[in-house]
Order: sequence, then C-alpha cells, then structure tokens
Amino acid sequence: MSGPNTTFDPKQVSVLSAEAVAAMVREASDAIAVAQDLASLKEVRIAHAGDRSPLALANREIGALPPAAKAEVGKRVGEARAAVKTALDDRQDALELERDERVLAEESIDVTLPVVRETVGGRHPLTTLMERVCDVFVAMGYDIAEGPEAEAEWVNFDALNVPRDHPVRTMQDTFYVTSQESGVVLRTQTSPIQIRAMLERPLPIYVVAPGRVFRTDELDATHTPVFHQVEGLAVDENITMGDLKGTLDHFAEAMFGQGIVTRLRPSYFPFTEPSAELDVQCFVCRGASVGNADRPCRTCGSEGWIEWGGCGMVNPRVLRAVGIDPERYRGFAFGMGIERTLMFRNGVTDMRDMVEGDVRFTRAFGLES
Amino acid sequence: MRAPVSWLRELVEIPADQSGRDIAEHLVRAGLEVETVEAIGEGVIGALVVGHVVVVEELTEFKKPIRWCQVDVGSDHGGVRGIICGARNFAPGDRVVVALPGTVLPGGFTIAARETYGHTSDGMICSERELGLGENHDGIMVLPEDAGVIGADAAPIVGVGDEVLDIAVTPDRGYALSIRGIARELAFAYGVPFTDPGSVIVELPAPASGAAPAECGSDDLSACGLFTMRTVTGFDPSASSPHWMQRRLVACGMRPVSLAVDVTNYVMLELGQPLHAFDLDKLSGRVRAGWAPKGAHLETIDHVVRELGPDDLVIMDDSGIIGLAGVMGGLTSEIDNGTVNIALEAAHFSSGVIARASRRHRLSSEASRRFERGVDRELAPYASARAAELLLEFGGGTYIGMTAVEGEYQPTSIAIRAQEPAEVAGMPIDDAAVIRLLEAVGCGVAERDGSLMVEVPSWRPDLTDPADLVEEVVRLVGYDQLPSTLPTSALGHGLTQAQRIRRRVGIALAARGAIEVLTYPFVGDRELDALRVNDDDPCRARVRLANPLSDEQPLLRASLLPGLIAAGRRNIGRGNSDFAIFELGSVFRGVAGESVTRPSVERRPTDAEWVALSAMLPDQPCMVGSLLTGDRTPAGWWGPARPYDWSDAVEHAQVIAGVLGVSISVARGSDPSFHPGRCAALMIGDVQVGVAGELHPRVIEAMELPERACAMELNLDVCGDRAAVIRPAPAVSTHPVAKEDLALVVADSVPVSEVSASLAEGAGELLESVRLFDVYRGAQVAEGHRSLAFSLRFRAADRTLDAGEIQAARQAAIDSAARNCGAVLR
Repeated sequence: MSGPNTTFDPKQVSVLSAEAVAAMVREASDAIAVAQDLASLKEVRIAHAGDRSPLALANREIGALPPAAKAEVGKRVGEARAAVKTALDDRQDALELERDERVLAEESIDVTLPVVRETVGGRHPLTTLMERVCDVFVAMGYDIAEGPEAEAEWVNFDALNVPRDHPVRTMQDTFYVTSQESGVVLRTQTSPIQIRAMLERPLPIYVVAPGRVFRTDELDATHTPVFHQVEGLAVDENITMGDLKGTLDHFAEAMFGQGIVTRLRPSYFPFTEPSAELDVQCFVCRGASVGNADRPCRTCGSEGWIEWGGCGMVNPRVLRAVGIDPERYRGFAFGMGIERTLMFRNGVTDMRDMVEGDVRFTRAFGLES
Repeated sequence: MRAPVSWLRELVEIPADQSGRDIAEHLVRAGLEVETVEAIGEGVIGALVVGHVVVVEELTEFKKPIRWCQVDVGSDHGGVRGIICGARNFAPGDRVVVALPGTVLPGGFTIAARETYGHTSDGMICSERELGLGENHDGIMVLPEDAGVIGADAAPIVGVGDEVLDIAVTPDRGYALSIRGIARELAFAYGVPFTDPGSVIVELPAPASGAAPAECGSDDLSACGLFTMRTVTGFDPSASSPHWMQRRLVACGMRPVSLAVDVTNYVMLELGQPLHAFDLDKLSGRVRAGWAPKGAHLETIDHVVRELGPDDLVIMDDSGIIGLAGVMGGLTSEIDNGTVNIALEAAHFSSGVIARASRRHRLSSEASRRFERGVDRELAPYASARAAELLLEFGGGTYIGMTAVEGEYQPTSIAIRAQEPAEVAGMPIDDAAVIRLLEAVGCGVAERDGSLMVEVPSWRPDLTDPADLVEEVVRLVGYDQLPSTLPTSALGHGLTQAQRIRRRVGIALAARGAIEVLTYPFVGDRELDALRVNDDDPCRARVRLANPLSDEQPLLRASLLPGLIAAGRRNIGRGNSDFAIFELGSVFRGVAGESVTRPSVERRPTDAEWVALSAMLPDQPCMVGSLLTGDRTPAGWWGPARPYDWSDAVEHAQVIAGVLGVSISVARGSDPSFHPGRCAALMIGDVQVGVAGELHPRVIEAMELPERACAMELNLDVCGDRAAVIRPAPAVSTHPVAKEDLALVVADSVPVSEVSASLAEGAGELLESVRLFDVYRGAQVAEGHRSLAFSLRFRAADRTLDAGEIQAARQAAIDSAARNCGAVLR
C-alpha cells in the first residue's frame, strides 16, 4: 500500500477521471450481465470487484491526489464500487434463485409413494367399546370394578338371589369347573362383580364393571360361548328408579348422540326388583322408520327401539346377602352385552368376526371403535 | 305361551278396534314380552261361508274318486251351488266351509267357477291346509252342526282372521302361562272388568250314588300340598274333542290327540293348572304322591325309562310308581283309545321339587314348566271341575265324584309402607293409588296409618317381598311415567393403576403395529403337548371344565400362547401371514379348590367364609402375549423385506416396560416352547416376569406355523406391582456433552447386556448413556470373540467436564468391563 502522495502526477491519476471510472463500471456491468451461472459470476466478481480489479486499483490511487481533490474522487470511486457490488449481488441473488428452483425441481420425488412400511396395528373393537362405556361412567364419578372369570358359584348365583333350583340356573347355561358340585363356575354374567363391589367397597358405591362372561352356547352367527358385558351398580341412600332411568338416558346420549333416550319395559331378573328390559332409541332412524315402509331401518328392524340390556333396582335380598341394610340403602343395576352393542352400533353382522381374531377385522378399527 | 286373541277376548272385553299388535303393546308395557303376533289364515281374502251339503254324487269314471256336490251356501250367496270335491270325509247334511268364486286363499290362489271333471265347479270346499290353518289335508273341514247358520261367515268359526300372541314368560310369572293370567293383565291394561274363570267351581252333576271315586293321597304335604282326583266313568272313548277346542289347541301350539287328553291340555292352557288323566281301570288302589324309593324306575309316556331316587316326587298306586309328579305320567296308566273310566288328577306340587326333577331328568314338559314357575295353590279343584265338565259334555259318561287331600295353606301376607313404591320409583304415587293397583293384581289390602298389610292372591306365589309389591305398583303405573333424574353423590377415583396400565399396553402394542385378538380360553392336552409344555410347568393348564363344549378342549388356559397360535393359524389359513397379534387377558393357574359350604344369603358372609370362597378359585393373573410371524416391513421401494425376528418379540416386552415405567432386563432364558438359543428371559430385578424369542422349531412344526415365528408372554400383574406409581423427574443438565466411542473385544459367551452394565457401573455418575452401535466378527478379532462398539456420553449436572475427568471416567468404564467381562480394548 502506498503512503500519502506528496508528489502530484497528473498522468498517474488519469484513471480516476469520471470517464475512466464510468468505463470501469460499464465493463463490470457488461461482464455481470453475461455471467450465466454462479461459477462465472464468481470470476466476474474477482475480476471487477476483487482486490486486483480496476476499481480496486483505482481506489488505491486516491491517496495520491491532492487533498482538495480527494473528496470528490473518493466519492466517485466509492459510488462506482457500490454500484458494481449491487449489480453483482443482484445477479448473485438471481442466479441463486434460478439454481434453487432447478435443483429443488430435480430433487422432487413422488410423495404419493406408499409410506407405511410396517403393518398397521389395531385394538379389538370390543376392548375399545368397553373402554368407551367405562369412560362415560368414570366421567360421572363411577369407579371401574373387576372380578375373576372363574368365580365362586355362591357369588355368581346364590348371592344374586338365584336359588339352586331356579330355572335360570340350569346346566345348559353354565360352565362348571372341575365338577357340578365344586362350587366354582365360569361366571355367566358380570353381575358377580356387583357382589364383590358391595362386599369390598365402602358405601356409597358407584361402579361400572366390564368383563368377559361364559355360557355353554356353541359359536354361530349370533351366539358365542365367550362374550363381554358391562355392568353398572349404584348403591346409596335415596337412590330411585328415576335415577336409574336418568343415568341410562345420559349413557345412551353419550354413546349414541344427543337426544337419544332409553325405554324401560317390565321384566324379571332375580337380582333386581323391580326389573326392566332396557331399550335404546334407534340412533339411525330415531323412530322415523316405524310404520314407514318406504324408509325401512336395518339397525332397529323398523321398530324404532333396539333391545340393549337389562336393569332394575337391586333386590333387597341381594343387599342382605352382602350385609347392606336395605332399610337404609337402595341401589340400581344395569347391564348390557358388548358384542350385541358392537353389532348394532357398528353394523357387525356375524358374531364370528368378533371372535376369530382375523387381523383384517380388527385393523379396520385402528385404536378406536 | 301362545295366546289366541279370540280366546282372550272371551275372558276380557278388549275394545273391538284393538288389533293383535295393539294388544301386544299393552302387554309389553305390563311386562309380558310378546315375541310375535301371528295372523291365522293370513292371506285369505274374500268370503268363506258355512255351506250345507245337500246332495253328493260319486263320479267314478276318473282315476281317483271325485264327488260332485250340491252345497247350499244360503240365498245371499246364490243358494245351492255345484262344487267338485276330491275329499271323502263328509256326507249329505254336513256343514262345510265354502270359498266362493273371487275368494283368494293363502298363496294367492283365487277361486273361480271353472270346468272340471265334466262339471262347472262353482266354489271350493276347504281343508285346513288350504286355509292356512294347519297341516291337516286328510279331508275337508266338517263343522259341527251348531257352528253357524247356512250362509254365515265361516271365517270366525274356523279362526281365520284370529291372531295369536306368542309371549315369552319370565320365570317369575308362572300365572302368565295361562289365558286366565294374560287376560287379567289385559283387563287392567284396558281398564275393563275381568271375570276370573278360576274363581268359581263349575257346576257338575251330583256324584252318582253307589260308585266310589278313585282314592288319592299325599305322603308329604310340603311337597304336594293338595291332591285331588275326580272320577268319570262310562266315557265314550270314540268321542272326539269339539272343533273349536281343537282349533285353540292348534293355535296354542299343541296337537289334538283325543278328547280326554285334549280336555286336560285345554284346561291347562285356559287356567294354568296341569292335569293328568289316568285310565281308572289301569290303576290299583289309592293314587298318591310320595318320594321314590332308591333304585326305582319309571317308563314315562315318552317311552324313556328313567332312573329314580329318593329326591324324586312320584305318583304311586298299589302297583308301584305310575308317574313323575308334576313332570310326566307313566306309560302303564296312560289313557288309550279304549279308555272308558277316567281318573283326573289335579294337584299342587312345590316349585322347587319339580324344578329339581326337571333339571335332574333333563325333561321339560308343559306341566313342569308351569309347576317350577309356580301354579295357583288353590286352583286344582276348579280346574278339574272344568275338565270334568268338558269330559261329560263331549264324552258322555257319569260323574262319580272327587276325593282330595290338602295340607295347610296360609296365604302370604306382606307388610309394606304405602309410600314405599313412590320412594323407590322416585315419583309421587298416592296411597289410594297403591291400594287400587295392588287390588287390581288380586291382592287383599288392609291399611293402617300409611302401612299396608297385603294378602297375596294364590296365583301369585312369586310375590313374597315388599320389593315384589313395589314392582307390581310401579309397572302398573307404567315405567314410561318414571322421571329421568341423576344421583348426585358419586365420587370416583378414576382408573386404577392396573386399569391404566392395561389400556396403555394395548395402545402401545397396537401403535407398534400389533393387532389385538380376544381368544377363547379353552385348551386341550394336544395343543399343550405341541407347545412342549412340561407337566410341572405353571403354563400347563390344570383347571378343568366339568362340561366343556368340546372334549378336545376341556381345560382353561394357563398361558395365552395356545389361543394366539390358533388365531394366528386362522389368519395364515386366510392368506394373511405377515402380522403381530397380541392379547391381554386372564389365565387360570393352580387348581380350583375344594368345595366349601355355601354361606347363607340372609347375611353378609363372615370373613372366614369369604376367605374360604376365595381360596377355592384358581389364580387368574392378567397376562399379555404376542405372536409375530412373516414380515414386519414388506419389501418396497425402500428396500428389501424385514421379517419379524426374536428381537421384535423382546421389543414388545420393552415397549411394555416403557409403559410401566419399569426397567425390564433381558437374560438368556430357557422355555420348552422356545428356541433354546433364542429365548430371552424377561426380568425385573431378580424376578422373571416373562419370556420372549423365537418359538422352538418343533413347536413351529407341530403347530404348522411359518418358520422362525416368534412370541412373547409377560405377567402383567407381576409387572404392574413393580411399576412406578410416581415417576421422579430427571435433572436435565444444560452443560455440554462429551462423546467417547470405544470398541471392546469379548468372548461370544458374554452377553452384551452384561458388558453394557459393566461399562455403566464403571463409568459412574458422569455417564449419561451407553449405546451399542456395532458388533463385528472377523479377521482382526480372535476366534470365538466379537468386537462390540459402544458410544458413551458423559455429562455433569453442574459444570463442563474437562479432558482429565472424561478420560478418567472412560478408563474406569473400560476397567470395569475388563474386570467383569474379560473385555479387551481394541
């Protein structure tokens, strides 16, 4: 780098004339304009804006000018260099953009290719349906109660007010463990969980009890020897049958949609008195198919109601058998078949689909039913 | 119970505009489940008239005998018409059913005047089958003389247009197994009067003097509290039951047999009292109810010889046992088509005794179905009088009289607060309404200060408790009147830890690509042998069913594997062989214990009783198991297929461990169902909680599974007990990490898990993680050894580690591995 110019030489500074500087800028602009890719632009940048470029060399001469001329010439060269830099940067941006567009286009792939490399899993719809039922009741403040599948006959029958010689308790229905006199059966219903809940929990009791139950039916399109029920039980002071009705209405609405209600019909179960059959309003036609031959409903068979389960007020005899004072406490109980619910709710037409474990059936439900 | 609407209308004035479906709806609301409503002669459109056969001319020139009849169908229908008929069971003077031209019969068959057999047949004389009334096509229907005037509408006479309700009677409503009982419900439902046909003994002729009625008795008045016997002699065995009675029997699903049998069945249907008719001449001495001696036999009228014992209540005479009381009569005293003298038994048997007998002999009859549900205790003499009346009316004969024995009978009385029904229902029902409704049921009600003393009618033995009366009141008010309210004091705790774990394990495995199955728990020795399960293995099922559906599978599973394999094979058989399936469920281990005395149901079981009951049950832990076969990743644009292998089975266990928040470590395991070299024991601490790996080639072969099929099974209860209830939060350091890679040469026999553990132990608390990233065997590694490349990450909670600290920790890790595993740094 040269020191301050003390010997003014007009010949030496001709490169700083306005014409000369403008010509440098013009040359640079022309070169920038013809650079077609980033590599040639880089060369242009070195040639016209690098340390050895004419403008850079010209810049060095400024120091040799007399102080009076420095400002003007300095400004001229500075502006020229800035103009070249701007032109280079703009061209750089343009070429980079062009490069990006071309490369990203080249890198494009078919994103509609199949992406799922591992087979998709699924939970059994009976499981998720039971969980859904339980969740409704858990939200209402119920606990989930459980009990063993191989159950004491006393719990499965006696304590539920099914006397030994009752027609309900026939050999045709029940699997006996070891022998018919062993006192151990495969539970025929989830109701024994009621007995366990009442024996083991403090009052008041609000429980919902899902579970697997067993009857000696051969498997066919509508029967299975192993199936699932969900049972509900509330024991409290001042529980009424209206509370049962209201609870079931709320449950039906949660399961099948707003405004869906239930209907109770008198019936008989040994462990409830009064007892009722539980129907739910058809959630598909909402009754519009009844007597309307033009709009038949497959879900309810154009009945408007679907048989769903059984319910009633806990028989005081059952309360006595578990040591709860029937003068002070009352209870209600209800239960329904999960297979049956899945059949009418999700349109399953053959019991065997729920039993056989065909992966195609369950996979269709994913993680929810 | 099938109930013809026309019969019900005879006992109760149902409004005329009510159809069978309307009536059914009323009954359903009252608690009787009407399963179907059938129309008799459905499809008959147009006129059926009563015709009078005037002249019958036999036409003999055809292949079969044909009759050319002149039948008077009344002046309104054209007077005498000529009709061709192929049947021969009628004669001039008979009343028949004529379908006039234009009438449509079931099946869309339209009657028209047409040329046949050389005459114009101007209508049709109908048989039962042609009218859709029954299967009888032996001849045309001949009506009784008094059936109706000539030209009258024959449809109601033969029952066309009648409807039959089929009612599924619940076990408590024995009274509804009769027209009488159903009519009573209808009378209330419609608010119309009801005349109880079981409340008045029909008038019979004075017993003939000189002859003695058959004697009867009861050895045990608690089992047979009432035994009556009416005797009719000189009965015409050729008499048949009247047409209307046969029609009703058929409508109710019974087959007409003979007058005497039909009458007993008819009265049973009408009133609900089973009756039995003996041939008096086949009886010897007094007929009585009593307990069978040990080793006795009886051939019942269904020709089955039944072994009897001291628990069987039987009917006996001096010759021995002649019937199984309340269930079925014996062959020796059965009436036949020559019977002229009849002894008619009407008795009351205890419901429990009959239920036991029916169950023990696997014999359910019309009689036993009624007795086990409870028959009106007072009904027997009423019913037998009604039957005798019908026998005398249609079979002639002489009424000889009745004998009877009766134990004490005290009608049931129940005390109930008048407001109890309202309190249970949760809606207002005033005292007067409660009394009115109970009286409508047939109860006698006495009120005092809001308390009711209710005397239950003899036909409602099911009413024993205040709750039963509550139900009667509430159902008669109508369940549709119940308010829809909610209890307010439920205070739940949410799901238990075990419940949450089960849900999340299911979600985690499914999210990992596994499909949940729910298999039957029934297994057999054949499968267990195929799985090579030893006799002393806890997985060897030992809980046995007394009455399995299949003799091949009498045991309850002690492991989930047999069910998973069965489901897996089913999928493979259907062309789906790439899958992981899993199941969460109970298994049954140990054995069902000894029978203990059943606790009373009058009180809470004592702690000792409850412990004894619980001790009888087998252990039923909740397991989770999976079966993996075929490709986990199929071949695709990403590359070749990746089959499921042992590591995926172990991964399932590790996924579960993650859910539980426990550390499941893996050790070399041995299980007879698994490949001896590819079996992982799943451990929590020192406790083995499960097994995973490749199934034994012999198991795969015996079970016809794809090669290299893998499985996992874990005891979720044991794992759950060790799961973290509250997980402590980690301290996340923000200081820089130091990464150190190292390769160690170890003998093949040293498991990676031990090397990792040793490194971790030596590295101390500065170690953040240790991860195996490569396994190498080859030229630079000695025979029988492998090189394990680990990546170690060190980090301190409070500072940046300096080179010296890192080097020291690294060396300590290497030294530990060298010391414990014989590892040599490469």
